[in-house]
Amino acid sequence: MIAYSIRRLLQGIPTVLGVLFVFFFIFFMVNDPDKMARGANGGDKASAQAIEEWKAEKGYNLPLFFNLKAPGFKAKCTETRFFSFYSKMLTFQFGKADTDDELIIDKIKKGAGPSLALTVPIFLIGLFISISISLVVALFMNTYVDRFALVLCVLGMSVVVFLYIIGGQYIMGKMLRWFAISGWSEDHKFHFLFLPVLVGVIDSLSRRIRLYRTIMVNEVNSDYMRTARAKGVGDSSLLFKHLLKNSMIPILTGVVMSIPYLFTGALLLEAFFGIPGLGKLTINAIINNDFATLSAMVFIGSLLYVVFNLITDLSYTLVDPRVKLQ
Amino acid sequence: MISTLPLLAAETVTSPLTLWRSFALIALLVLFLLERFLSNRSADSGEGFSFEWLRPTFLVLLGLLVLNALTQDSRRAWPMLPPHIWQNIIAFLVLALFGYGLSKVFLHPFWGRRVRSIFRRPFVLISILLTVFFAGTALIDSISWIDNHDPDGEKQIALQAQQPRSILDRLFSAAVGVPEWEFREKSHSAPLASTQFQKEEVTLKHKHLLGTTIDGRDTFYQVLKGCKPAVIVGTLPLIISIPLALLFGVMGGYFGGRIDDFVVYVYSTLASIPSLLLLFAIIMALGNGIFQVCVGLGVAGWVGLCRLSRGETLKLRELEYVQAAKCLGTSNAKIILRHIIPNLMHIVIITAILAFTGLVLSEAVLSYLGIGLDNSWGGLINNSRNEIARQPAIWWNLVFASTALFLLVLAVNVIGDALRDALDPRVSVGD
Repeated sequence: MIAYSIRRLLQGIPTVLGVLFVFFFIFFMVNDPDKMARGANGGDKASAQAIEEWKAEKGYNLPLFFNLKAPGFKAKCTETRFFSFYSKMLTFQFGKADTDDELIIDKIKKGAGPSLALTVPIFLIGLFISISISLVVALFMNTYVDRFALVLCVLGMSVVVFLYIIGGQYIMGKMLRWFAISGWSEDHKFHFLFLPVLVGVIDSLSRRIRLYRTIMVNEVNSDYMRTARAKGVGDSSLLFKHLLKNSMIPILTGVVMSIPYLFTGALLLEAFFGIPGLGKLTINAIINNDFATLSAMVFIGSLLYVVFNLITDLSYTLVDPRVKLQ
Repeated sequence: MISTLPLLAAETVTSPLTLWRSFALIALLVLFLLERFLSNRSADSGEGFSFEWLRPTFLVLLGLLVLNALTQDSRRAWPMLPPHIWQNIIAFLVLALFGYGLSKVFLHPFWGRRVRSIFRRPFVLISILLTVFFAGTALIDSISWIDNHDPDGEKQIALQAQQPRSILDRLFSAAVGVPEWEFREKSHSAPLASTQFQKEEVTLKHKHLLGTTIDGRDTFYQVLKGCKPAVIVGTLPLIISIPLALLFGVMGGYFGGRIDDFVVYVYSTLASIPSLLLLFAIIMALGNGIFQVCVGLGVAGWVGLCRLSRGETLKLRELEYVQAAKCLGTSNAKIILRHIIPNLMHIVIITAILAFTGLVLSEAVLSYLGIGLDNSWGGLINNSRNEIARQPAIWWNLVFASTALFLLVLAVNVIGDALRDALDPRVSVGD
């Protein structure tokens, strides 16, 4: 198992390098650094000199892959945007943001707390509710309960997330005055987090329930369930011992693979509810053309993705004894 | 009668597109597509009526239309056609291609029966009608022409009247009695109100069914206008992502070995970038605009289908008929085109329909970030999201724009679900 894990992690290295190259390609080979410079120096009014100085400071005026002017072969290869970008990322020395002078790593550390405080409750509560509801729905398969739940799911899936956010803010915040509409304070986290968590759970619910219901209905129709029922196994034991355990395998894939997204934050929820997390950091980076911050976020995201991809495979051995890792 | 035909043809070529003529063309196109169904049905039931004559007639008229589009209200040479003429051509081509694909599926002996079976469910039928309504609005909003050329400003024609106006614009202004740009107020007004929203004493010039937006535009008109960007953003990325996904997925699954390793590497790399971030990065690099946004959505969205089609190809490759074809010396390209891709089509269709809803919904998110499309429902929702906080709330823009979005997505979701059940080979369909 350890050998397997090490081999899988080694296989993840080219993936991460590839992710970095995709970003390098998009931002330096398709995009023009002048555009980023203009964005960081006050829009179209920025003088040519300011742009050049900014590019020199950030190292964005270096050649892409090969520096012919530098002395010596080593310098020819290292004094390039490609090398500096990769060395920065791979050593986790993200440096300063393009738009202000704060260190990116500090920003990420600061944003991780609020982000996790938002995404982890959404994830856990949403998972619990959706699995319980889909168990009930699977129990009442092909009855009106099932039909009604399916209709609700399709209706819920068709609503824009904005509507949940704006509706929640309007009804719970403005009309009923139960919770703050938006904002953040370290001391009164619950007060500010309740509404975004509620909205996030409701938004994820219908999609999850429909997926889990499909998985469980497949299991309900299988032979071992019929045998168990014929033997006279009780409902609760049927649900929890047989159905839930067996449908955990496909459910687990999706669940573990969505954990990396907990760390990258919820973009829209954070932006709308004014939570200073990683999602808001990313949105600001997008709006301000901040390549340095964006690539740091993407790099961390892809690292987590590779790791959790491995964890997904390892977790199969826990829930399914038939799976053997090679 | 016969002697007037050349004259008629000459007139069609030279005179500008008019309202009734464009409708006649759409009707002909639809009839031409229906002809395939009708002639098939009548052949089944043994009735002798043939619709064969429609086909050449239609082709001649389509040719006339293209000539018409090329000659009228354009003083420029062929590749430099004004954008609205290109849009006309694309709109007709899309309608023709879509109808052709639909007729192919419907007349297929196996899939046709399965697809036709979904029409029996009332909710699905309603959803199909809704989708046709939205798509039809988008279509008639895409066909436009200019009435008045007044380059010297002598005739005192309003500037808006010199712009290309779509069939939708013309129908709308015919319905309300004034040109669509004059059908507006100074600012907000509630649905069917007679006075302006904030200053009660200001009486409105017109009655607005769904109220007006902050700059006084009619909300109903804006909602209708939103159909086109919604349909475009839902389909154009698919035109990029489906061929890409099929190419990579089928190649990887069919040939295996090094090619498969490469394909798996490419899609696992792209999958490990959060798709929203990849999308933003592409749009940041390419810039704003309908085409750039669609390229971004297409490139960021092909991984799922690629993975699915690779897995399915791996299974299909081992089936007896593919092995038999191989033994008979059929070339790889032929096997892929004849045996693999047709058997992937049901996955492609279902994925495409469900991806459509995701794309339409994500446009709203893009609008929030300032990179949405013009006139879209997302933009309307985004512009009105702060107005709901006013006292009293201005709710109509938000509510009607999101209702339109909701209805389209819901209808397509229902159709997608029904198709998934209908195309599932494990479920048998009674006829």
